[in-house]
Amino acid sequence: MPAVQAAEVFKRFGTVRALDGVSLSVEEGEFFGLLGPNGAGKTTLISALGGLVSADSGTLSVMGHDVTRDFRAARRAVGIVPQEIVFDPFFTVRETLEIQSGYFGLRRNAQWIDELLQRLALTSKANANMRALSGGMKRRVMVAQALVHRPPVIVLDEPTAGVDVELRQTLWQFIRSLNAAGHTIVLTTHYLEEAQQLCSRIAMMKDGRVVALGSTAGLLAEFSERVLRVKLESGTLPPALAARAQPDPAGGFRIPIADVAHAEEALRELRTAGAAVASLEVAEPELEEVFVKIMRREEKVL
Amino acid sequence: MTGFPTLLYKEVLRFWKVSFQTVAAPVVSAILYLIVFAHALAAHVQAFPGVSYVEFLVPGLAMMSMLQNAFANSSSSLIQSKLTGNIIFILLPPMGPAEIFAAYLIASMVRGLVVGLGVFAATLWLVPVPLQHPLWAVAFAIVGTGILGVLGIVAGIWAERFDQLAGFQNFLVMPLTFLAGVFYSMHTLPPFWQSVSKLNPFFYAIDGFRYGFFGQSDVDPWTSLAFATVTLAALSWMTLHLIRRGYKLRH
Repeated sequence: MPAVQAAEVFKRFGTVRALDGVSLSVEEGEFFGLLGPNGAGKTTLISALGGLVSADSGTLSVMGHDVTRDFRAARRAVGIVPQEIVFDPFFTVRETLEIQSGYFGLRRNAQWIDELLQRLALTSKANANMRALSGGMKRRVMVAQALVHRPPVIVLDEPTAGVDVELRQTLWQFIRSLNAAGHTIVLTTHYLEEAQQLCSRIAMMKDGRVVALGSTAGLLAEFSERVLRVKLESGTLPPALAARAQPDPAGGFRIPIADVAHAEEALRELRTAGAAVASLEVAEPELEEVFVKIMRREEKVL
Repeated sequence: MTGFPTLLYKEVLRFWKVSFQTVAAPVVSAILYLIVFAHALAAHVQAFPGVSYVEFLVPGLAMMSMLQNAFANSSSSLIQSKLTGNIIFILLPPMGPAEIFAAYLIASMVRGLVVGLGVFAATLWLVPVPLQHPLWAVAFAIVGTGILGVLGIVAGIWAERFDQLAGFQNFLVMPLTFLAGVFYSMHTLPPFWQSVSKLNPFFYAIDGFRYGFFGQSDVDPWTSLAFATVTLAALSWMTLHLIRRGYKLRH
């Protein structure tokens, strides 16, 4: 049984097709990345999963529970951390978490709340009013709020936007440990480096459609390659290399190489041609390149 | 019913944390009305035989404050949650439409009743009023604050900006409560305005509530109770339907 399943989900807002036939499934225990430019439909899909948006057609389920027909079970199975920082200014951090637990029918949840506070480095702020917290701390409270009912599926909608480096590290450590403990994670982010490091499988969305879906390794192998980035001080590329080389947006050239041994070969050819090398770097395949290529390909289709 | 008790608790805690503004302030306003009107009109108006004008005013003023505060509670809570976005913390958990509706409604009634008790507590030493039929008073307090609590839910869900909510409050709730016979007996009005008053559901709430104190009213309390209860039931049914459809809450 997939942790999340979407089948032919359509949603229209006025004339905008926010979801234009989305089908995908996330397996239990996966760390799944949902990527795409702004307005691709990622947040709409997540909102539909949590019942904030109702799909015009198609079906969506969490842990086998349909999000509309069996909404109570579906919502118990998922914890969503929304993109925008929102909070209730009337309450303290602990009150916020106790109240959120109560909404799920959990009246004696103090032990888990304490653990969440500790894991998210919020213990010292437990009795502070939500208003008094910094943006990053409010974000961590939102993560805790999404986890009060220990959902098997955790959805994070751009959780690290505007969050400082240290906090980002703590957050990922925590989320990784949850994933290791068996929770399914669905993540959207604009930081493709993060997605590449964390996600085992990725879906890319554009204009309400899924335009790429596969394992991170598979997508990297298909759409990106290891390149040698060369900047020359003087001289030109020998013809054999020039035929393969691409201009590097950062200046210089990008020469595809199958493995690191080929770098030596290319270097020897450059020396033979009398070119003086200013800088040299082996760049590993990057998700960013995959992303850019797929988004460009989709533009051509339109 | 998983989240209902907590949502109710949260809604009560929310107004109780700022009770200076949500309870003390309306009590003070009611007392000011009482002092000013009693001074200006006591010699001129006799509403019910054997009841002084100041006594007559107390239950009406209490009920007016109860109605206005019941409305204020659900409407302000909902619009604040919508505008700040924290309404999602209520929409994401597994709570059904009836649970959400009941929690907001009952919290509004609690706020109204607390304000009402405050008004009586504060006026007790100024103007002691008899309480001839406590059950009638309680029944109308419940139904009256219920009607306004539901209206507050509707307004809070419907309004997208504070000024829309203020419009609802200033052009509908205020006039209807103010002109519901708080300051006068309907029988002192010209016949035309008497029939207009009879279309105002808040009039029945106030008139019936007053019956509980003096055993006298403009309209038979059973008629008033029937009218008010039907209004409450119809509004509740409609509002529950709106929430079930996700009107302006789930898109």
